[in-house]
Amino acid sequence: MKALVAMSGGVDSSVAAALMLEAGHDVIGVTLKQWVGPDGEMPTAGCCTVADAEDARRVAAQLGVPYYVLDYVEEFTSAVVDPFSAAYLAGRTPNPCIECNRKVRFSALFDRMDALDADILVTGHHARVRAHDAGWHLLRAVDGTKDQSYVLHMLGQRELSRILLPIGEMRKTEVRERARAMGLRTADKPDSQDICFVKSDYRAFLETVVPGAAEPGEIVDTGGSVLGTHAGVSNFTIGQRRGLGVAIGEPRYVVDVRPATAEVVVGTRDDLLVAGCVVSDVTFVSGSPLADPNVEVKVRYRSKPIPSSVTPKSDHGWLVEFAEPTPAPAPGQSAVFYDGEEVLGGGVIDDVIRSDG
Amino acid sequence: MIYLDHAATTPMRPEAVDAMEPWLHDRFGNPSGVHAVSRGAKDAIEAARERIAAAIGAAHPLEIVFTGGGTDADNLAVTGAAIERSGDVVTTAIEHDAVLQSARFVERLGHQIRVVGVDDDGRVDPDEVVGAVTPNTAVVSVMTANNETGVVQPVRRIADELAATAPGVLFHTDAVQAFASLPVTVDDTGAALISISAHKIGGPQGVGCLYVRDGVKLEPVIHGGGQELGRRSGTHNVAGIVGFAAAVDAAAADRRRYRSVVGGARDRFEAELITRVKMDVTGVGSDRLVSHSHIRFHGVRSETLLIRLDGAGISAAAGAACHSGAQLTSHVLDAMGVSQSESAEYVRFSFGWTDVTATAGEAAARVAEIVETLQ
Repeated sequence: MKALVAMSGGVDSSVAAALMLEAGHDVIGVTLKQWVGPDGEMPTAGCCTVADAEDARRVAAQLGVPYYVLDYVEEFTSAVVDPFSAAYLAGRTPNPCIECNRKVRFSALFDRMDALDADILVTGHHARVRAHDAGWHLLRAVDGTKDQSYVLHMLGQRELSRILLPIGEMRKTEVRERARAMGLRTADKPDSQDICFVKSDYRAFLETVVPGAAEPGEIVDTGGSVLGTHAGVSNFTIGQRRGLGVAIGEPRYVVDVRPATAEVVVGTRDDLLVAGCVVSDVTFVSGSPLADPNVEVKVRYRSKPIPSSVTPKSDHGWLVEFAEPTPAPAPGQSAVFYDGEEVLGGGVIDDVIRSDG
Repeated sequence: MIYLDHAATTPMRPEAVDAMEPWLHDRFGNPSGVHAVSRGAKDAIEAARERIAAAIGAAHPLEIVFTGGGTDADNLAVTGAAIERSGDVVTTAIEHDAVLQSARFVERLGHQIRVVGVDDDGRVDPDEVVGAVTPNTAVVSVMTANNETGVVQPVRRIADELAATAPGVLFHTDAVQAFASLPVTVDDTGAALISISAHKIGGPQGVGCLYVRDGVKLEPVIHGGGQELGRRSGTHNVAGIVGFAAAVDAAAADRRRYRSVVGGARDRFEAELITRVKMDVTGVGSDRLVSHSHIRFHGVRSETLLIRLDGAGISAAAGAACHSGAQLTSHVLDAMGVSQSESAEYVRFSFGWTDVTATAGEAAARVAEIVETLQ
């Protein structure tokens, strides 16, 4: 089999490539170049840097497989970076990695897989794919602490039938052991954390790409009393506790962000609790809507699944009702539906439903 | 493997390898010294200088300034002339980045630059170049032939018109791509400054030269120990320079055969391909280097094609590559008025001194087979 391996320069995709080769497959390594600095080059700090591409290239050379960097800067900028900035300025908290997977990464990789005459796509994601009579299933990784199934919820039957995720079958410690045993230079490389186009602080990034776009406004309490001012709604995300700039005795959280009036509402932890959320752009792994509305929902990459009921709304989108009042998720993040180990689908959180509403 | 990327770099000629060998072993001297070992090295680079000066018809060996390659030579020519003369730069939109970025550099220092466009075939209009010259122009830089398309530029005409209308202006030509197949001499180009690179003609990488007409002063861009009469500091790459001179002689002596055999291979490659796939060849109507075949395969993204060709054992190129290795859009095609989407469909095959007509047939068959599946 000819495998197209998406290599990021990290240990997971390095080992994925090595395992495919070990299994006797032909391997082609690729890195998608998605973002450039002002000089037109890949960033030198953070994730997806020149150094990362160089690591991927060196690993490919060590394995003796061809390796290419493919240019997706234009697609990435228009599908991910521009909406990212727009979403923050609209008071939302976008998840650019998921948007990238949804709109750029996988379609690019599957397109290239066909064009390069490869049979299967391989990535270093921590998640598992299983075939059952009824079709393909997407499961959490063996290593729960590294599980990335949340960011893969948009994959459907056609995608799952053409992808292999060998790393999802291993614990991270095993992955590193294998890398060390094979002498891969990425064996002890730390996991990447940052968003590939934001060096450390998304606020500084926004100021560079859309300077002066932040509109100052007021910080108010749930009763409407003004507690202070802020430099722009993009500095706040629902549930945020730090950096509110208001001194009050008990812990205060951002409970709502209202871009229309440039208001940031703060309140107690109780004020943060909501009954559910509305989710749009929903896709289902199986290709058909949920048979049973009772599922678990993850509303952030690193959050515990919440028992919920997911039902179609009359107009558009899906209604997620939490079994118990839950701290409000941030609009812009993804809500991903699980049945135990299995990913059922998901979409983007549009709005929250207040308990008293 | 079929190597069709000679414009990027070409295998070393045996004459160059043989000439270099002693200088990589026991003859290791630094030419800037007083002792016997140094004298040996010094003598070698001066002999090399004389051979290269003779090959390009220079009036005096000291008109040859050894550099670290073509880029180094272009920087010295453009930046050195602009700064020395406190003047402006006229160049073209299809120049190698070594020239264009040098121009941008002096622009940041406050010099004016004027970049002249090209026609749809990638050819510079001499009148436009000369028309861009002002009383404050220090240097005009126009390449002898373009590295991507192979289209030959009317440098001699530009040189003549400049001599007639603006005799004080320095004319520079980057002859890096042209040298293997065209007679690049002071007389043929009419230039006061000529850049040549060793590794494009069968010499080693990392060495080249700038011909600087006697009496022309340039502000150096590499400062240091004053080698090359202060024009290009840095310890000499002795083995490289010796290999460069051997390659210059070998390439110059081989030009007649090169034009017929390499040109024949290129022509056969194109003739066989065009019977099988939908394609356009750049510059067919104009004078172009016999080594270059710049082709647009309709509906086939060059990035994909290059990877497929690589898989089939064929080395070709497209546009320029950045640090990460990703393909960048070509400023040359942009200057020719080619749209972004069409620009992504061009591939350059470049033939070289090792190629024969039989290789071309095999290459055409393999390329056609892959293009057919992608078209």
